[in-house]
Amino acid sequence: MALLNIKNLTVKFATATGSFTAVDGIDVHVDRGEVLAIVGESGSGKSVSMLAVMGLLPDTASITADEMTYDGRDISNLSASERRTLIGREITMIFQEPVASLNPSFTVGFQIEEVLRLNLGLSRRDAQSRALDLFRAVGIPEPEAKIKAYPHQMSGGQCQRVMIAIAIASNPRLLIADEPTTALDVTIQKQILDLLMKLQEDYGMALILITHDMGVVAETADRVVVQYQGKKMEEADVLSLFENPQSPYTRALLSALPEHATGDRLPTVSDFFAQETAR
Amino acid sequence: MTAAAIPPVVEGRGIVQDYAVPGSLFSRAGSVRALNGIDFKVDKGKTLAIVGESGSGKSTLARIIALIDAASGGELRIDDHPVDIARKRPGPVLRSKVQMVFQNPYGSLNPRQKIGNVLMEPLVINTDMPSSERRDRAEAMIKKVGLQPEHFNRYPHMFSGGQRQRIAIARALMLNPSLLVLDEPVSALDLSVQAQVLNLLADLQDEFELTYVFVSHDLSVVRYIADEVMVISKGEAVEQGSREALFADPQHPYTRALFAATPVTDVAAIRARVERRKAARSA
Repeated sequence: MALLNIKNLTVKFATATGSFTAVDGIDVHVDRGEVLAIVGESGSGKSVSMLAVMGLLPDTASITADEMTYDGRDISNLSASERRTLIGREITMIFQEPVASLNPSFTVGFQIEEVLRLNLGLSRRDAQSRALDLFRAVGIPEPEAKIKAYPHQMSGGQCQRVMIAIAIASNPRLLIADEPTTALDVTIQKQILDLLMKLQEDYGMALILITHDMGVVAETADRVVVQYQGKKMEEADVLSLFENPQSPYTRALLSALPEHATGDRLPTVSDFFAQETAR
Repeated sequence: MTAAAIPPVVEGRGIVQDYAVPGSLFSRAGSVRALNGIDFKVDKGKTLAIVGESGSGKSTLARIIALIDAASGGELRIDDHPVDIARKRPGPVLRSKVQMVFQNPYGSLNPRQKIGNVLMEPLVINTDMPSSERRDRAEAMIKKVGLQPEHFNRYPHMFSGGQRQRIAIARALMLNPSLLVLDEPVSALDLSVQAQVLNLLADLQDEFELTYVFVSHDLSVVRYIADEVMVISKGEAVEQGSREALFADPQHPYTRALFAATPVTDVAAIRARVERRKAARSA
């Protein structure tokens, strides 16, 4: 049985010029301990569908789905308190901008201990020692010193490690990572992806990785969903997707990778659609 | 004249940049050396890629080459003439030769300025061209970079990221520069839009014999566009050479670390990873 199962999810935003459909009838499911990558360009609705699951969309969004279950339980109509027992404990999320995700006015130690005390009911002292353990688990050097640091005193990569520490604090069964490495350098990206994969295996949690980067997909995913303009274009295991992409859009995305360039010009997605329609 | 006799479009000798760090009640004022003796040259019609991580000094170097900041030491030569903007502000002729395109096309366009005016402004400042001719030039450039004539009277917010980067490139080309400094021009763009902008840059280089200094942290983009590559780490050029040599046989440990960190998208590597994972799970 799937851990998270969403059928026919549609998200519409009310705008000044009428209703805009950001997600258009998407099915997503992720199994226990599985790494699912959701790939798409900006505007493909890849983040919006996961924000809908987390209940983080503004009031202007109207969300409809035939089914939206976590561990067999309906999560589409949870009360606020029911939602709090689930979101932030069983399902946690990290975002693209690690520095912006942390509160600049408090030390990182305070921010992780706050989560531990509120979500797990730990005492101040227990929270402190557990925070140190988590900092070690995510590979922050000198955890005793860093726990007293403010976010601006840490690099982007370290802030993302703090965010990951906060996200795994409650031993979640599902971690949603929204472009977790987009703001980071390649060498730091590699470290963060390796860390996420290691934690995913150690804790046996499911990981949904939202990204626009085919390289990140190739290095991490078990299964891949490709989205374009709110619609699902293709779903496949990672090897078949790269080896034998079925949808023209996936083929276009893969051929637009600079390392796949043959000759002088990079094929673009619009070239590709033009070719497909000419056929 | 033989090819060897043509001087490089831009050349740097021992470029040094120090930034002053102000002191406070508890610490003494000091300085940080952002660039430490960088040498480079780029020939006409070629592309030098500068690769490095954030904090490596690659953007500092780009700003020096683009005549925005003065270096604190070393010599910068453009078309075989020494240039020192700390001593003498660059005039219209020099400004016309060197132009820059920035990473963030959202931040580099004035939201209250129509695209036509964005493109005509460099001509107003640097030339005494009559307004009818400025308009003709701007309209021609809009077409050249793949936009539509009706975009002339629109504002930046009406465009997508890729279109805005086209506008920024068009603005940089209005003065017919010989050297274009591009600071991460495609890293804010989606993959398919990135391909379009890279294609546009390649076409423009062929058509106008442009020389590019291309700053990037993405090795796959560098491999596509560069002739020469310089790898910078902590203000030092740790490796420099032709694209073929550098990609075939990287020498410096830092360059190798960069290569090792770059995601691999070929099927064999993915199959190996999937199988490793399967084995680890069943174990």
